Amino acid sequence: MPEFFQFLVSGLTVGAVYALVALGFTLVYSASDVVNFAQGEFVMLGGMVTVFVSTAGVPLPLAALIAVGVSIVIGLLLYWLAIAPARGASAISLIIITIGASIFLRGAAQIVFDKQFHKLPSFSGDTPVNLFGAAVQPQSFWVLGGAAVIVLLLYVFLERTLLGKAVLATAANRLAARLVGINTATIMALAFGGSAAIGGIAGILITPITLTSYDVGTQLALKGFAAAMLGGMGNPLGAVVGGLLLGSLEAFGAGYISSTYKDAFAFIVILVVLFTAPQGLFGRRAVERV
Amino acid sequence: MLARLSQRYGVLIALAAIIALLPLVFPSTYYYRVASLVWVSAFAAIGLNILMGKAGQVSLGHAGFFGIGAYAAAIGPAHLGLPSLAALVVGAGFSALLAYLVGRPILRLRGHYLAIATLGFGALVALVITTESHWTGGPDGMPVAKLSLFGWRAGGSGTWYWIAGGLLLGGAWIAFNLDETPTGRAFRALHDSEIAARVTGIDVNRFKLQAFVIAAVYASLAGSALAMMNGFVNPDQAGFLHSIELVTMVVLGGLGSVVGSIVGAAVLIMLPQFLTVFQEYENLLLGFIIIVSMIFMREGIVPTARRLISRGRA
Amino acid sequence: MTILKVDDIGIAFGGVKAIDGVSFSVDAGQIFSIIGPNGAGKTTLFNVISGIYEANRGRVELSGENVTSFTPDALATRGLSRTFQNLQIFQRMTAVENVMVGRHLRERCNLFADLFRLPSVIRQNRNTRDAALNFLGEVGLRGSADMLAGSLSYGACKRLEIARALAAEPNVLLLDEPAAGCNSVETEEIDRLIWRVAEKGIAVVLVEHDMKLVMKISHRILVLERGRLLIEGSPREVRDNPAVLEAYLGKHGARQPARA
Ligand SMILES: Nc1ncnc2c1ncn2[C@@H]1O[C@H](COP(=O)(O)OP(=O)(O)O)[C@@H](O)[C@H]1O
Ligand SMILES: [Mg+2]
Repeated sequence: MPEFFQFLVSGLTVGAVYALVALGFTLVYSASDVVNFAQGEFVMLGGMVTVFVSTAGVPLPLAALIAVGVSIVIGLLLYWLAIAPARGASAISLIIITIGASIFLRGAAQIVFDKQFHKLPSFSGDTPVNLFGAAVQPQSFWVLGGAAVIVLLLYVFLERTLLGKAVLATAANRLAARLVGINTATIMALAFGGSAAIGGIAGILITPITLTSYDVGTQLALKGFAAAMLGGMGNPLGAVVGGLLLGSLEAFGAGYISSTYKDAFAFIVILVVLFTAPQGLFGRRAVERV
Repeated sequence: MLARLSQRYGVLIALAAIIALLPLVFPSTYYYRVASLVWVSAFAAIGLNILMGKAGQVSLGHAGFFGIGAYAAAIGPAHLGLPSLAALVVGAGFSALLAYLVGRPILRLRGHYLAIATLGFGALVALVITTESHWTGGPDGMPVAKLSLFGWRAGGSGTWYWIAGGLLLGGAWIAFNLDETPTGRAFRALHDSEIAARVTGIDVNRFKLQAFVIAAVYASLAGSALAMMNGFVNPDQAGFLHSIELVTMVVLGGLGSVVGSIVGAAVLIMLPQFLTVFQEYENLLLGFIIIVSMIFMREGIVPTARRLISRGRA
Repeated sequence: MTILKVDDIGIAFGGVKAIDGVSFSVDAGQIFSIIGPNGAGKTTLFNVISGIYEANRGRVELSGENVTSFTPDALATRGLSRTFQNLQIFQRMTAVENVMVGRHLRERCNLFADLFRLPSVIRQNRNTRDAALNFLGEVGLRGSADMLAGSLSYGACKRLEIARALAAEPNVLLLDEPAAGCNSVETEEIDRLIWRVAEKGIAVVLVEHDMKLVMKISHRILVLERGRLLIEGSPREVRDNPAVLEAYLGKHGARQPARA
């Protein structure tokens, strides 16, 4: 049983990061129909900027704040310089653009930073906490708590603020949103900036556990995309559930079955889910209108 | 129709001429190698383009089939005692079978769901290749026996240049063939309107599956050829980044355009070779060039060029 | 002879009944029109008959065979063909290629023969193209054969869809608002075309808003209102029915029967 909790906690911790990346995918996709494969690079940026700014002598909290700021700026630039000019291009062309952006950001990171692995100190020390017989790193609480706070804030923003409602309206029907006077370009910029911030924070929270380097983004984008699709693209709740599920599956698969095939379980489950529910777990099932 | 017919043979003849004459300007054997790489990649891209450009179905896991072909060429002779050529055929057959079995459920998905499902499939293939190291050599890869035909061994980059060129010509010929046949029209029809295609009696699942299997066989053959050419395979050839590279070749060159796939492959293979002089700026520039070309040539290089030329004439 | 029989069809979307218990049957060579205000369920009925939507209840028969819940391609092999209210042409193919696709079921389609483009494929292709050109001629588009379908005018696209549907040589043809967006000359052409089609023995089911056209060419008319069958009868019976005037044309229509 302690083993079970050990796997569960580590799975949920990694899953929380997947969930945040998936949330970024879903946010951008809802607002703009773009599947942003550069989403993982924001996680990389959050971790790397914090590492380098804090080694330069800036206190950790301030360094983290700067890292989130940098992520947001990069997110906005991505929208303004690469996505907005390609308005009207096909879905696959836009995907290629975001992949180009991800290669670009990785290339930039390799020049500005370096090609080494880096670690951040844990926020509250490294003494494990005993929980149901499992030794839990304090940083896990930071990751899970941080993710919960982000999800909660996002929920309040979307449901309780005028701007948030404008985002939901744009996601539901872009043309109608424009007709009632919503500036959909601003909403899209907001979505890119917001998802970059979420990715950046995820990177800061997880780096003390998993380390970071200039090239961690691809794998995270892959997992985040998978989590978003597992939940049903365009559904924030689905993204969170998909992420946590994916992380847990990996942890249990690795722990109980085979650690070398850790990544396989997630993809097998995704394939099985899609074969039975082609719109993901929480996706809307639409009858195509003719 | 006659115009299109002659255009098709015109392109094939031009391609043959380029393949035949290019060596005259090659200053060193290094160029043979790069050109062979382009031909092999273009062959894989042409196959993927039949699936993506004609039938309109995306695959983000196509390197999986490329990897199967590559490892078939490696494992066949090393572990099963198969001659290289037989290994290549077995690899292609296995890829076709796998594409058929996996394609049936996968191709019912649409858009991004199809994208993630194919991605997952590719990831699984890559994972098996990386993990089953007693067969595949694991992450380090394994050597591949040289291709030998009736006692004659294909060795240097010069020989491979011609084999790869011939392969590409054959692949382009078949892709052109398809265009004006019931099968090719069914592909294009279901791309433009799946509903209308079904109403005209096209069994869309069957044709999607056919396009998927064709593309898988192309990728598998390309993988085998590359493996024998390099004399070595590694799991990256089956990996996600290689899948993305193949898709980028197709989209950058122009969806649905055979010439586009060749141009896309040429750009994506040669660009990194040129960019190596920029050393650490290589990735930065590659990403930048991909973004800028997709923004300014969103239909792809070849269709955009064709449009500009015809506008210039008018 | 009854070719198409629709029996007690019902379908609902999210609790809203779009079609509620509609039955009718159509004979070979008959022009059977379905009219009714926007949203009455005419297109939905077509979608059910052609297998695009699955009905919640009811039964569809083609030439005596129960074809309820058959897939669209299975229905096509049994002689059902249709056009769409919202154009569904193959934009990136030429006009003649669109019609050639319409002949898909009349062609032999073998992957290996096609990959290597064997002589038989070339021969068949020539025949298919010739046939397709004839069907294009029937709708007056012969001159645009090699133009990209996406570049044709709206009216031309409507006729292209008819040519594609005819190319399958169906025995039932469903036409969803073929004259919408057409000028009076084009409407006149469509009128004659539908006549010719019916004369070949094809059962034509027509959804159309142009009352003049409907009254002139229909053998029978069915009036649909909010998914229910209001009345079915000859053009005269339908025109003189007060409930129809009330429901379909509104109060103004009642005083202006000439419009109908
Ligand atoms: N796929 C669908 N999902 C939800 N509602 C639908 C769908 N298709 C049709 N409807 C509804 O069914 C009703 C009938 O529509 P339709 O058949 O298009 O009418 P008509 O063709 O007579 O104008 C409308 O209320 C429409 O909104
Ligand atoms: Mg309608």
